[in-house]
Formats: sequence, C-alpha cells, structure tokens
Amino acid sequence: MAEANPASPPVVTPVNSGTAWRRLGAALRRHPTAIAGGVTLLVMILVAVLAPWLGTVDPTDVSPIRRLKPPSAEYWFGTDMLGRDVYSRVIYGTRVSLTVGLAVAFVATLIGLAIGLVTGFVRWLDAIVMRVMDGLMSIPSVLLAIALIALTKASLTNVIAAIAIAEIPRVVRLVRSLVLQLREQPYVEAAVASGTRVPMILLRHILPNTVAPLLVQATYICASAMITEAILSFIGAGTPPNIPSWGNIMAESRSLIQIAGTILLFPGIFLSLTVLSVNLLGDGMRDALDPRLARRL
Amino acid sequence: MTFPRIASGRQLAAAVLGCCLLLPGAALAQSGKTLKFIPEADLRILDPIVTTAYITRNYGYMVFDVLLAVDEKFQIQPQMLEKYEVSADKITYTFTLRDGLKFHDGAPVRSADCIASIERWAKRDVFGQKLGDLTDSWTAVNAKTFRLKLKKPFPYVLDALAKPSSNVPFIMPERMAKTDASTPVTESIGSGPFKFVKAEWVPGNKVVFVKNADYVPRKEAPSWGAGGKVAKVDRVEWIYIPDSATAAAALNAGEVDWWQQMPPDLIPLLAKNKDVKIENTDPLGSIGLLRFNHLQPPFNNVKLREAVLAVVNQNDYAIAIAGDPKNGKPCASFFTCGTPLANSAGSTVLTGKRDFERAKALVKESGYKGEKVIILDATDQPIVHSQALVTADLLKKIGINAELAASDWGTVITRRASKEPVEKGGWSILHTWFVGPDIVSPALNSPLRGAGEKSWFGWPNDPKLEELRDKWFDAPTLADQKKAAEELQLQGWKTIPYIPTAQLIIPTAYRSNIPGIIKSPVTFLWNVEKK
Amino acid sequence: MLGYTLRRLAATIPVMGVVALFVFSLLYLSPGDPAAIIAGDIATEEDIAKIRARLGLDQPYFIRFGTWLWALAQGDLGTSIFTGLPVTTLIGQRLEPTLALTLCTLVVAVALAVPLGVIAAARAGGWIDRVVMAVSVVGFSVPVFVLAYGLVLLFAVQLEWLPVQGYTPLKEGFWPFLRHMILPSVALGLTYMALIARITRASMLDVLSQDYVRTAHAKGLAPGTVLVRHALKNAAVPIVTIIGIGIALLIGGVVVTETVFAIPGIGRLVVDAILRRDYPIIQGVTLLFSAVYVLVNLLVDLSYVFFDPRIRY
Repeated sequence: MAEANPASPPVVTPVNSGTAWRRLGAALRRHPTAIAGGVTLLVMILVAVLAPWLGTVDPTDVSPIRRLKPPSAEYWFGTDMLGRDVYSRVIYGTRVSLTVGLAVAFVATLIGLAIGLVTGFVRWLDAIVMRVMDGLMSIPSVLLAIALIALTKASLTNVIAAIAIAEIPRVVRLVRSLVLQLREQPYVEAAVASGTRVPMILLRHILPNTVAPLLVQATYICASAMITEAILSFIGAGTPPNIPSWGNIMAESRSLIQIAGTILLFPGIFLSLTVLSVNLLGDGMRDALDPRLARRL
Repeated sequence: MTFPRIASGRQLAAAVLGCCLLLPGAALAQSGKTLKFIPEADLRILDPIVTTAYITRNYGYMVFDVLLAVDEKFQIQPQMLEKYEVSADKITYTFTLRDGLKFHDGAPVRSADCIASIERWAKRDVFGQKLGDLTDSWTAVNAKTFRLKLKKPFPYVLDALAKPSSNVPFIMPERMAKTDASTPVTESIGSGPFKFVKAEWVPGNKVVFVKNADYVPRKEAPSWGAGGKVAKVDRVEWIYIPDSATAAAALNAGEVDWWQQMPPDLIPLLAKNKDVKIENTDPLGSIGLLRFNHLQPPFNNVKLREAVLAVVNQNDYAIAIAGDPKNGKPCASFFTCGTPLANSAGSTVLTGKRDFERAKALVKESGYKGEKVIILDATDQPIVHSQALVTADLLKKIGINAELAASDWGTVITRRASKEPVEKGGWSILHTWFVGPDIVSPALNSPLRGAGEKSWFGWPNDPKLEELRDKWFDAPTLADQKKAAEELQLQGWKTIPYIPTAQLIIPTAYRSNIPGIIKSPVTFLWNVEKK
Repeated sequence: MLGYTLRRLAATIPVMGVVALFVFSLLYLSPGDPAAIIAGDIATEEDIAKIRARLGLDQPYFIRFGTWLWALAQGDLGTSIFTGLPVTTLIGQRLEPTLALTLCTLVVAVALAVPLGVIAAARAGGWIDRVVMAVSVVGFSVPVFVLAYGLVLLFAVQLEWLPVQGYTPLKEGFWPFLRHMILPSVALGLTYMALIARITRASMLDVLSQDYVRTAHAKGLAPGTVLVRHALKNAAVPIVTIIGIGIALLIGGVVVTETVFAIPGIGRLVVDAILRRDYPIIQGVTLLFSAVYVLVNLLVDLSYVFFDPRIRY
C-alpha cells in the first residue's frame, strides 16, 4: 500500500513547491499502486474526451421498441427501459463524473484556501467563520448538498456548487491549521516584525507552503465529490436525468435489479474504478508530499 | 484495560435490543382476518374534498359513503339513498336516505350532514361548482329526506353526485363538513364500511382500518362503487412500499396479500409463483397526456403544436410507460376510450402516418427560431418521467431546442402554475395522467377547456371549445351528447389544447387466497375475502 | 471535569444556532410550494393562496423563524404540513429502524476495524497489512449504494441467502430482524470500517515505535499483552476521535442505505420530505442529525480522559 512509514519523524520543515514536484515524481515511481491509479485515471479522462469515437451512439436516443435488451454484439451493455444504449450512456457518464469531481475539487479548494488564509490572520473574523464552518460540518454532507440543490433547479452547475459548499469547511480547517502553524515559524515572525504587509506575507511565505497538503486534500475531495454526485443523482436530487450520469443510470433502473441487473452493474463498476484510481493517486501524493498528513488524513 | 470502551460490542448489542424492545408493540398479532394491501401511493392527507390525490380518494371510499354511485354499466344507482324523485319540471330533486345509516361515532346520518357535505364539495370540485352555480337551495325536509331546488334544469345533477373519482362527494358529519373548504378536516369519522385507526397510522409506511360492524350494506351485488359494500375482513393494513422490487419480494413471500399497481416489467418475477395472480382489474385505466403552455411562445403558435401532433406516436409512449403492449395502448380520443363519449372523430391526425418531414416543415412555417423549450420532468413519477423523455427525443428530431427541467413531482406542481416565460421560471410542455373516470365527459375533462387563464395549467384560450362544452351540457339525450362530444373533439384537434399519449392499464397482483376483487376504475377493498 | 463538560456543552450552542439558522433559511428560500402540492391537480390559485395563509407560509422571514425557534425551545419540532402529525411523532415512529441500522453498523465496523488495524500495524508490511490497506482503500472508493447493489445481486438475487430488501421489526423475531439487517449494515459499514482501520493502523504504528513499547517488549511481556494493554490504549485517542467524526459519514450513508433497502427509517422520512417540500420534517431531522453528531463528538472529547492519563480537565 502507498503509505509512508509513519514511524519516521513528522516533517515540519516547510517545503518549497519545486522540491515537492520532484519528490512527487520519485514517490509515484516508488508506489506501483499510485501509478496504476494514475494510469486508470488517465484512461478515464481519455474515455471522457473521446466518448463520441468509442463506438457510442446518442446516449439519450429513446426507442421504446428495443427496450430492455440484454448485452449483445449490437448493444454491448444492453438497453434500458426506454431502449437507450447502456454502453453509450456509461461512456458518456464518465464526462459527468470527472467534470463534477475536478470542478468541485478546484472550486472548494480555491474558496476554502481564501477563507482559510484570511481567518488564519484576522483574529476577530476567525471566531465567526469557524462557528459557521463547525455548523456546516455538523450537517451530514449528503444531506447538506441535497438541501442546497432543493433550493435551486437541478443542473450540473448547481450540483457542483452544492457539493463544493459541503466540502469547503474541510479545506478551511486544513488551511487555517497550516496558517496558524506557519505563523509561529521564525521567518514568518521575522517578516511580521520587519513590518511586511499581511497580503505580502500570505503570498510570499504562507501560500507556497499550503500547496502540497492542499493538492492531496483536493485529490480526496475529487474522489468524495464523485461519490456524492452519484448519491445525489441516485436519490433523485442531483444531475438532471436527461444527462447520463452513473448515478442517474443506476437510479432509473434500480427497480429492475432482479430483471436487468447489468444496467446497474456497469455504471457501478465504472464509478468505483474511477474513484479508486483517484484515491490511489491521492495516497501516493500524500506519501510523497507530506508524510505527516498521512496519519491525519 | 481501558480500551474496550469501544470494543464493548456486547453493550452496544444490548442497547440495540433494549431500544427495540422498548418500542410500543402497537400492532399485536391479529387473530382476525387481516388484509395486507400495498397501495399506489403514500396516504398523507385525510380530506378527500381538499385534495384530488387518488390515494386520499381511496381512503375516502374506505371511511366515507356516497349518496349515489355509478355501476359497471355506467348506470347511476342509489348507495346511501333509499330513493330519489325528480319533479316533472326537472327543477326539484328529493332524496331519501336508507334506514340504519350510522357514522363511526354512533350518530345517525341525517339530512343536515348530507347537505353540508355536498355544499362543501361543491366549493372545491369542478363538476360540483357547476352544480353549485345552478343550485337555488338545499333544504332538509326531515331527518332522512332533503331537497335540492335548481335555478334551471340541469341534466347532470345525478352524474355530479355520483361522481366516482376526485373529488368524490363523500358524506361527512355536519360538524366536519362545516370546516372551511380549503382546510383539511381533522377527524376521520364517516359512515363507510371501514373505520380508520388513527393511532396506528405511520405516514410513509402504514395505514390501518378495521371493519365497521355497524355498517348496513345494500342487498345488491357490488358493481363498481354501487351495490353492497360488504367488508369481509376484520382489518385492512395499507403497507406503503415505494420500491417496486421490495414490493414484489413481499408479495412473493406472502408478507402482503395484494399489490394494487405493479410495474409490468416486474411481471416475470411473480409469474413463476403459482400463488400469485396478475390481472387487469381496471377497465378504463389511466390516460397520459402531453400538455402545451398556450400562454407563452413558442407553443402559443398552433403550427408548432401541429408539428408535435404530427410525430407523436402513441405506441411509443404506451410502451415507454407501460413496458408491455398488453398494459398500454393507443387511445386517440379526448375522452377515455371504453366509455360512451369516446369517439374517433378527426383522430387520424394522431393515428395516421407519423410524418417527420411535415413536422419539420410546420416548424419552419411557424417561424420558430430555436427558442428554448422547457419540458417539465418529475423523476419520481415514472409515468411523467417516461413521457418527458420520449417527448424530448421527438422534439430534438424535429429541430426544436428542448430542455428537460428535471425535478421531483412537488417542484413540477409548483412550477407548472407559473405563467411566466421560460427564462423567468415558466415552462413549455408538461406531462401528467388522469385516471379514466376523470376525463370521460366534457364536464370532467379539465384540460380540454379553453377558458384562457381560468383553464387548467397550460391555459388554452379557445372560446369555441367553451361554447361547444356548454352545448354538451344542454344536450338532452345520449345521442345528442355524443354528437356534441364529437364536435368538441374535432375542435380539439384543431387547436390542440393537449395531446393524449396513451391509455395505460396498470396490472394488479394478489395472492390467490383473496378472491372477490371488484373490477373497477377505482380500487375498492370491500367484498374481498381472505381464506 | 464538570466545569469542562459544561464549557463544552455551552460551546455547542452557537454551532447548533448556526445549524438552526442555516436550515431554516435554506428551506425558506426553497422554490417548491407545499400549498400547491396539498391543493392537488385541479386547484385554482385562490385555493393555493388560502392554504398558504393557513400554513403561515405567507408570513415574513423573521416572524416565521422566531415562531419556529420559540416552539423549538419548548421541544416542539412543528407539525408535518401534509399529515398534520407532530414531527416528533413521525421521527419517533421511524426511530427503531434507523437506530437498529446505525448501531448494527457501528458494532460491525468497530468490531472488525480495530482488530484489523491492530494486526495490520503489528505486521506492518506483511500480507495481512497489504490486504487490510487494500480493502480500506476500496472501502473508500465504492459508494454505499453501489456496494449495496453488488451485495444484493450476489447474496439475495443469485444465492438467495438473504432477503433483497425490507425491514422486520425486532419484535417479530430476532432472526428475521437480523436477516434484514445484515446486508444494509455491511454495505453501510464498509466505508466507516475502512476509515477506522486506517486510523487504527496509523495510530498504532506511531505508538509501537515509542520507547515504552520497546521497553515492554524488552521486559519479555507477551506480544499480545503489549499490543493491547500498552500500545492500543495509547493509540486510542485518534481512533475514538475518528469514530466520532465518522458519525457524520454514517448518518449521510443512512439516508442512502435506507433508500436502497427500503427501510422505513428517518433517512427515508427526510428524503420523502424533501421531495414533497415538507419543511418542518426536513428542519427537524437535519437538526436532530446535527445534534447527534455534536453530542457524539462531545462524548468523544470527554472520553479522552479515560485513554490518555496526560489529559486532565
């Protein structure tokens, strides 16, 4: 497994991002599982990009006459209750999952970083923001995301926004704890003492040192966002049903599990495999970039 | 050793057991005969006058009784009534109640109860409102006799009072019927063959009824809602199971006796079981429909509605919704196929060749410029969802820029009330379904009206439709009525207020030890035995 | 200790306040109109307006929030818009299945994860370790409902060992109850188990490298005794912490698991309520779940004193 030896002393020294990248490369080479994860993820990205050229037909083409056909040479994964081609739907579903995963990771990390940096330095704001974050974190994230989507109409953008909001508190907590730690570092104290302005300190001394842990965190957020998207779609409160997402495909066919179980099987496998690949990659990166984080998760 | 605080699985297990044992043992084993029934939906509202929800209507038939009822030959028969008399000038109707009618609280059913109930119903129901408009007065002659005086003759007085589906003019005690017509009643006291057990009601899971021992059924054999309502079991439990795979498993295992509506796709799961019968007990089924928004572009343009009509293939809709041609069939009439007013006047527009080229030409002719069209879609309602997906695919094929607005049924119901353009939260097309009895005649068919903003959602404005509807109301004989209905239909195909998409027969499945299910468009639970 | 408990208890008030305000605002802004849903298919706009007025839905924001808070303070979570039953009653009716599912899952997950984590750490790098860590990363990656359907297909549809779905109350017999609980508990428990096993392993590895553990070994104590009495006890704080934090994961999973297995619990109650815009139920359940989470984590904090003699309150 991709796990650093936790017996080694925690790394407290700030890393600069150049070394980080080099160590990332080295660590990935050390961990075959991480490489397997990376390759799988790459394949999935290719599948998403190349979806129209992978022997697919229009995934939303309805044709009730050919409904519920079992897998065959013509319909590799069979057809669903409206006669749509399950293979094409699963392949196009890759786009939805990856889009949501990557977008949520990006948005949540960026916003969380901004909030975390500011609260780490502005004391009076800190108390308020952290109470709000505690409050948000005490609502189970699936429930929070469903409630947020119920507020707006179902669309891919809203799904991304809702999941991102549920993920932000975790990033804020991480960034804030990093900032509080880094503030104690002699070179930061020196900068403060010499009258450097706060934005400059943030930019020059704090920000570079948050990159490594944030990258790891972002990977996990990406994995968790893909799962949450699938859960939301599955419950019927997620991606609009005319967009073939894996959660939607499974939701629509769940009453047919005993009749046509394969419709549920294929998207389930794709989803699990993709999330697994992201998680493996994340584990590898965590070991490489910040062994101390390994035990904190 | 301090660690096992976590590992004290035994303590946790004990806690599980403990908490479960503490729960009230509400439903103790019943020695009498209990009919376990999976209803079509979850019962939420206990007032069949306030809501048109079919599940609440079905609850109504358990708990309440009706003055008149329609039988399987479409004849109106007295139910709570001993007799009724119509004066020669057709202005005065005199109703007399049967002997022995009692509410569940022991009070006798009186004229005053009937009058108050009918008056409350007439404030809510479309047909009732028509009757209300023509009513001069209701008077109680004595405790068991009451009289209706009309302003002018109205041939459908009895049809209105015998209305079989929502809203049904159920008879409640006067104190309940005095409740404001938009506020749900809080009691569940009727004079029907079953009593509601409120203490055992678990919304989302279970509804319990017990036999009303005081009920005096009619002597005639049951026929739809008419005839003798004999409760042949001591207790009825409605067990709501939203997941159809679970419901199938429960019926297979004999955990329940009767599954009211099963998805035809799951028939293979039950077909192997010799103890389970699958039947179509509903002769009329439900009618799916595609409704346009007539207030907003682009479907305020009749050319574009014609384009859609040219490509709608009822067979596709039927199979998409029902899964099997046995359970869904075309019905190219605005009136429920299999009832007297159904006809084929002008129906070739829907049954003829589906012509995509003509549709595309019509789209072009209409001046449509690719404006966004919103199709409302409720993913939690399979009938709505399937229709929406089929329509979205059709529109795409004829070059209309359609977008599915997917949500739950609750949101659809809210959004369809919006008369705004699509950019401001409005809509262009919606799908729903009506059970057969709800659109058998111009009096009941609310989507076929053309009263503009006063019409049902979609608001078609077609004075000719309204004029023809009034003509039907004045038609004295059945032949005249049929002719009026045909004219109405022809006008409907011209202005296309909506497109009927299919007639669906949803099968019912039951264990073979419960004979006596009444074939009817409404599911009744009397007359059913448990052996 | 008492002072600390009280301080911590007081600190939960602002958190719950944030949750209350948030939940209330969210649903206040929500687009669905319960009045329209109640009114049904053939209702006019006046009917809808009347119903809205009766439910108090036409009142301004702060009045509705104030009314709601005041009732809440008296233990009244409001009344379901549709059924007219108190939310507390509805939650009470659904408590058994959810409690049973959560506790079963908790027991299964903890009982498996902790020993697995300990063994993995003791044999770090060995095949058991590799298997445990592989299972744990898979556990993170397979969504609850995917795993649930996999289990159902295999054990219920193919092998027919266990029921497909459904719930049987305990009073109808222990075995029927258990049969229905096995698949949901395993499906729901895997992610949770993965989390706990991972933390247990990491925390144990940390402790095992400490001097006093080496000393204990050197004294010739049995390896099992060292592992449990010395190492595990000292590694317990992060493990208990993650069990507490993981409760949020578990509760989120309950909502999905109850949907898949058609268990009539609180998760289903809230999903149904969201679909129907039954505001008071959504508010009540979210508040309840948050309170449970906060309370469990408060208990976790207080439990540190048992595990770590250095912590004194």
